[in-house]
Amino acid sequence: MATPENKLAFDGGWEYDPAPESTDHINVAKRYGLFINGEFVSPENGRYFDTINPATEEKLSRVADASEADVDKAVRAAREAYRTTWGRMKAAERGKYIFRIARIMQERAREFSVIESLDGGKPIRESRDVDIPLAAAHFFYYAGWADKLEYAFPGRTAKSLGVAGQIIPWNFPLLMASWKIAPALACGNTVVLKPAETTPLTALKLAEVIADAGLPPGVVNIVTGAGKAGAAIVEHPDVDKVAFTGSTNVGRGIQKALAGSNKKYTLELGGKAANIVFADAAIDQAVEGIVNGIFFNQGHVCCAGSRLLVQESVADEVIEKLKDRMETLIVGDPLDKNTDIGAINSRMQLEKIQSYLKVGKAEGAEMHQSSCRVPKSGYWCRPTIFTGVSQSNRVVQEEIFGPVLAIQTFRRYDEALIKANNTPYGLSGGIWTDKGSKIFKMTQNIRAGVVWANTFNKFDPTSPFGGYKESGVGREGGLHGLDAYVKLGA
Amino acid sequence: MSAKNQRIAVAKTYKIYIGGKFPRTESGRYFALEDKKGNVIANVCRGSRKDFRNAVVAARKAQSGWATASAYLRGQVLYRIAEMLEGRREQFVTELVLQGATQRAAEKEIDQSIDRLIYFAGWTDKYQQIFSAVNPVSSSHFNFSVLEPTGVVSMLAPEDSSLLGLISNIAPAIAGGNSCIVLASESKPLCAISFAEVLHASDVPGGVVNILTGFRAELTEYFASHMDVNAVIYCDGGKAVARTVQVLAAENIKRVIARNRLDWDSDAENPYLIRDTQEVKTTWHPIGS
Repeated sequence: MATPENKLAFDGGWEYDPAPESTDHINVAKRYGLFINGEFVSPENGRYFDTINPATEEKLSRVADASEADVDKAVRAAREAYRTTWGRMKAAERGKYIFRIARIMQERAREFSVIESLDGGKPIRESRDVDIPLAAAHFFYYAGWADKLEYAFPGRTAKSLGVAGQIIPWNFPLLMASWKIAPALACGNTVVLKPAETTPLTALKLAEVIADAGLPPGVVNIVTGAGKAGAAIVEHPDVDKVAFTGSTNVGRGIQKALAGSNKKYTLELGGKAANIVFADAAIDQAVEGIVNGIFFNQGHVCCAGSRLLVQESVADEVIEKLKDRMETLIVGDPLDKNTDIGAINSRMQLEKIQSYLKVGKAEGAEMHQSSCRVPKSGYWCRPTIFTGVSQSNRVVQEEIFGPVLAIQTFRRYDEALIKANNTPYGLSGGIWTDKGSKIFKMTQNIRAGVVWANTFNKFDPTSPFGGYKESGVGREGGLHGLDAYVKLGA
Repeated sequence: MSAKNQRIAVAKTYKIYIGGKFPRTESGRYFALEDKKGNVIANVCRGSRKDFRNAVVAARKAQSGWATASAYLRGQVLYRIAEMLEGRREQFVTELVLQGATQRAAEKEIDQSIDRLIYFAGWTDKYQQIFSAVNPVSSSHFNFSVLEPTGVVSMLAPEDSSLLGLISNIAPAIAGGNSCIVLASESKPLCAISFAEVLHASDVPGGVVNILTGFRAELTEYFASHMDVNAVIYCDGGKAVARTVQVLAAENIKRVIARNRLDWDSDAENPYLIRDTQEVKTTWHPIGS
């Protein structure tokens, strides 16, 4: 039934029954070692840490806390594998191994989805329909490149680099692992990968897949741990390439740490994308795009549409419709198939988001949150919008990485462009209009690596992804993503 | 010849090139350039941090207009630079010789420099077709990736190859729609300034190329650290320079391009030099099903 709070009444006045995905089919060990040289081994210092379910704060497993010595062991294993097996293998055979990984991931997709949602807090609908299928597709896509690299770089020969050190974030744990590992392997490199501290489980399950696929030992090594383990990878003298996805601050530190070394690097960093809605847009679709842009994956998305720029003449209408739509969003159990917004990934991240809510209000912006219930335990944040913000507000300039949208208005397209481009970031952007020429005018002038027109937050293995300006260096995905893992010779 | 009939040659004042104008360095400083015998050839501007910052402002202002000029037009402008350089061939030979080159080496270098401009003039409307892509995504979207210029590029030009090396860095950057600020060879700065005069006569919009002279040790940090520069290219820097440049460049995640030990004769004709200062932009749009 429609109420003043719930005008869209998707639930028809009925309560949704819980519809949780089952967990009896998954297999999570009590404790995981480090995956080095084809087997799980204990960390040198014997230290482990808990990985918890952010929706319940319950412990899921314990994982090894890699030290510098462990990272060194992993790099040596990767080097040895590069030298003796992977680096010498016929490219087509290399490709077949990577195809195998894709196939096994598809077979185990349901298990991966559930573990991803348990460990990271994202709704099962997203891990099931987005993360895991895309991760498998990434391996499938790059597998086929392995023996075709000569066609990717006209006039040049592409050679592998050696050992790639890769550090990934917690927002798309398995998908980021596949973005990093698949192209590295296809180009003939071996890998040392460190998953994020709060979401190590699917990477460790991927280690099982890699072992099942029969890859030679040492080709992929997975070391769990915190920032120190990441730093050890970056600084290891026998690593030839560093690939990092994470915050701009850490990326900056990595670029500095690599100064003077000959290591190649790619950085995929923060963002503060503008989602620009023109008066002539299909408003209902644009509202869906705004919701998808900022509330997808709890807003833990570097390319999230975290700023809405809406043309003044339709601003009231869009904001009202957005608020109505926000009321329909279900925040809660990530494993429930009806859940729209899952748990915030960690207590630390929740505190960061909450501090931004305070900052936004202190800066004079008006905050609105949906009235939904949230569970008692676990980490939750209701969908939130700020109106009455100005360009210099911190909630407009800084990446919050949560379900928090800052809304500004504009009159002319050039004002929208100036506002859209006025942050240090340049990862993504969105345009909503029914006019083709306007789409091109805007998409050409937004300084960002990915621009969605009349859509948002779409990803594909064939589609290059990466930022302008302080959002990073290099591209991942597609033909252009190969470049990060080869050296080009005449 | 009697003193009465002797004509005094008019010596050129070598100035820097910022925003399409030839100012002296704002710092008022100079350094004397000497020939092998120790005679002063010229008092060269010893550019300053402020000169560099002025040049960045000019480069930023010029960049978007240059980037949106048609590829055909950019090609013609690069071709025009070559035409102008050809016409001033003898002057450049003289300067190269004055700075220590043999006549033969000087002639080879100017010829290659002219040809290199022609080479990149021909690329302006082609590299996009080589490096862009339509991506066959699984969902019902049209998805394509194109190159766009990185923006403002600072360059520390090669020390030895003072003309060919200089042009081999400038040409690919501007062919791709970037603007640039270049620090000329410190020991052989003459050709760079004369080249600025060529640029000035070639329909290159003011600010697209800015050329400074001065001390590399003093200016490197500014070229690497400026927050409104998007990419920095350094040529022939040792490990210490590489370190300094990359640490400072990280402050705004500049793209850092090292061109060390490049053979400017044979390694500098390829579109990958253009690609070095390009960004890949991917655009999505629904196509229905």
